[in-house]
Amino acid sequence: MSLEYYLILSALLFTIGVIGVLVRRNAIIIFMCIELMLNAANLAFVAISRNLGTAEGQLFVFFVMAVAAAEVAIGLAIIVSVFKHRETINVDEVNSLKG
Amino acid sequence: MSEKLIIVLLISPLVGFLINGLFGKWLKGNEKLSGGIGALAVLVSLIFSIIAFISVKNGNPLEGDAGHLYSWIVGGDFAVNIGFHVDALTTVMLLVITGVGFLIHVYSIGYMHGDEGYTRYFAYLNLFVFAMLILVLGNNYLMMFVGWEGVGLCSYLLIGFWYEKQTATDAGKKAFIVNRIGDFGFLLGMFTLFAAFGSLDFVSIFDKAEAGTIDIVFGETTKATLMVATLLLFVGAIGKSAQLPLYVWLPDAMEGPTPVSALIHAATMVTAGVYMIARSGILYNLAGTGWVVAWIGVLTALFAAIIALKQNDIKRILAYSTVSQLGYMFVGVGVGAYASGIFHLVTHAFFKGLMFLTAGSVMHAMANELDIRKMGGLRKKLPITHVTFLVGALAIAGAPFLSGFWSKDEILHSAWGSFPFIYIIGLITAFLTAFYMFRLIFVTFYGQSRVEPEVESHLHESPAVMWLPLVILAVPSALIGLLLGVGGHHSWFHHFTENVFPKAHETSGNVYLFMAISSVVGIAGIAYAWKRYKNRVPSAEPTNTLQQVVANKFYVDEVYNTFIVQPIKGASHFLLWKLFDSGIIDGIVNGVAALIRVIGGMLRRLQTGIVQAYIVSMVVGIVLFLAYYLFFA
Repeated sequence: MSLEYYLILSALLFTIGVIGVLVRRNAIIIFMCIELMLNAANLAFVAISRNLGTAEGQLFVFFVMAVAAAEVAIGLAIIVSVFKHRETINVDEVNSLKG
Repeated sequence: MSEKLIIVLLISPLVGFLINGLFGKWLKGNEKLSGGIGALAVLVSLIFSIIAFISVKNGNPLEGDAGHLYSWIVGGDFAVNIGFHVDALTTVMLLVITGVGFLIHVYSIGYMHGDEGYTRYFAYLNLFVFAMLILVLGNNYLMMFVGWEGVGLCSYLLIGFWYEKQTATDAGKKAFIVNRIGDFGFLLGMFTLFAAFGSLDFVSIFDKAEAGTIDIVFGETTKATLMVATLLLFVGAIGKSAQLPLYVWLPDAMEGPTPVSALIHAATMVTAGVYMIARSGILYNLAGTGWVVAWIGVLTALFAAIIALKQNDIKRILAYSTVSQLGYMFVGVGVGAYASGIFHLVTHAFFKGLMFLTAGSVMHAMANELDIRKMGGLRKKLPITHVTFLVGALAIAGAPFLSGFWSKDEILHSAWGSFPFIYIIGLITAFLTAFYMFRLIFVTFYGQSRVEPEVESHLHESPAVMWLPLVILAVPSALIGLLLGVGGHHSWFHHFTENVFPKAHETSGNVYLFMAISSVVGIAGIAYAWKRYKNRVPSAEPTNTLQQVVANKFYVDEVYNTFIVQPIKGASHFLLWKLFDSGIIDGIVNGVAALIRVIGGMLRRLQTGIVQAYIVSMVVGIVLFLAYYLFFA
């Protein structure tokens, strides 16, 4: 299977992730969309790595996964504490940081 | 003579200043020690000055490269050295400064007794002597200027010594500001000299001036350049030596302690201008600007003498007398008789210093009373003060064979040849001088006592530490003329200083005739004063307009206030403060702040607090960048 299919899929996933981040208001969903974008990038890494026959791309994927895992841990903790404070995770209602 | 000797001479008062200045707190309880250190410091200088004097007299001056100590400022073509120039003129000044200075220090030990700022006083006085020594010892104009400013500072500090008194602080500020005007001229004069000669050293300037290798800075000729330079320097002398029109600070300077008036405002600092012109005699001769100096001098002499006629404050009479006598000195150096001008400087330092100290003795006895109308008949209670004051007054009045007679006569005689008008004005002034001085004496020491009863009971002669200096000073006041001045232009003094000054013009006319005229004029002044004030008190109210104008010092202070001080204050208030400072400077600063606030007010609306809005702008930005690189780059 040629490289383009993988990349097109990756682009689609990434775009879905971006749109999700932009249009959804639920923090958890936004979070999941970010994960989607990360994994879209991972997919592109792996595909190109395989296509070139080198290992670096796959190596990066592991890094991304590790960072993503840490990010999930911190991100979910933040969301939980936001919910405790404001009893909502609707990002439109969490807007006190404005000029 | 080695320069080490001069260094010790110079440093000694500085050490005294440091001891009294830094450790005054611990010395405060011990006045004798504090004052003793101050006097000792000057005594050391005096001893070394005498050694220097003997050395110069034996034909061993310290000049040129020999006096060089080290390079102070070097930059490009500009080089100023620290170095000494000790010749006959310098040693004469040294002896006056340290000799009269020492006696005044001793006198001050008694006079300042019990004063709150005793150690501070001696610290300032030592610092003054140090600065004055720098002024006369320096071998270049910049060092002279350093001393010039140093004595100005000490003068300011000592005039305002009793700073709780508003009048004293005002007088100090006035002296400082008026002197600034003069110093500005001195600075410009120095710049001109440097531009013309490429150096500020006396020796190289005078050598080049005589050789004629002068760069033209102003006008078409070297003479024009020298005229500008010498006149600017003379502006400095006008300020420092209290000549028309900048004399106004000196009478007010009497707010300071009386020994300060004697040392700084009679004997030494105010004569710095005369010294400077005598030192630069070659330049003044080449520039031909002496006549300006002489005319300013003689007009000041007359003007101040007229004002002194109607004053009733003992120190102010002496102050105007000082202004007047300084005018004589400028006549001397102005007509080219440099040695005569300096000779008068020396005699004046003795008799005017003496008279100020006696005035201090009177004040001491009278609980600081200054008004001569409240004195009278003091000769019985203050015999030593009376006799010493009389010696000083006779000397200044030109009584035959006393010191002022010789020096004043020399100056007038020198003026006669080229400026007969100056001679005549000088003679009139001599008459006025004798008159006002003996008016002071008759009103103060003779006639009925008008002393208030409670003061009367405390009247006493001053302690020995005060009257001894008076007696010692009275001797040279009387005799120094006989010792140094007999023989006019062939006298010992002229012989001693002949290598320093350019040759004076030969005087014409019979010396004895001039002496006789001067004597008659002086005695006539004394006699007229005797006739008028033998048994009469100066009236409190002036009886006619002329007297009123004179009594109010020709309203010079008022004129200055109206035409100079108030316009400057007004301009400062409206133009500088309201318009420029508040309007423009503050306007710019506040305007920038207001502009930032307006822009910030607009930009803050972008910070909505909605994270997704930020992300939208990021995404749009990234897409635009990518589009640019993909399709256009």
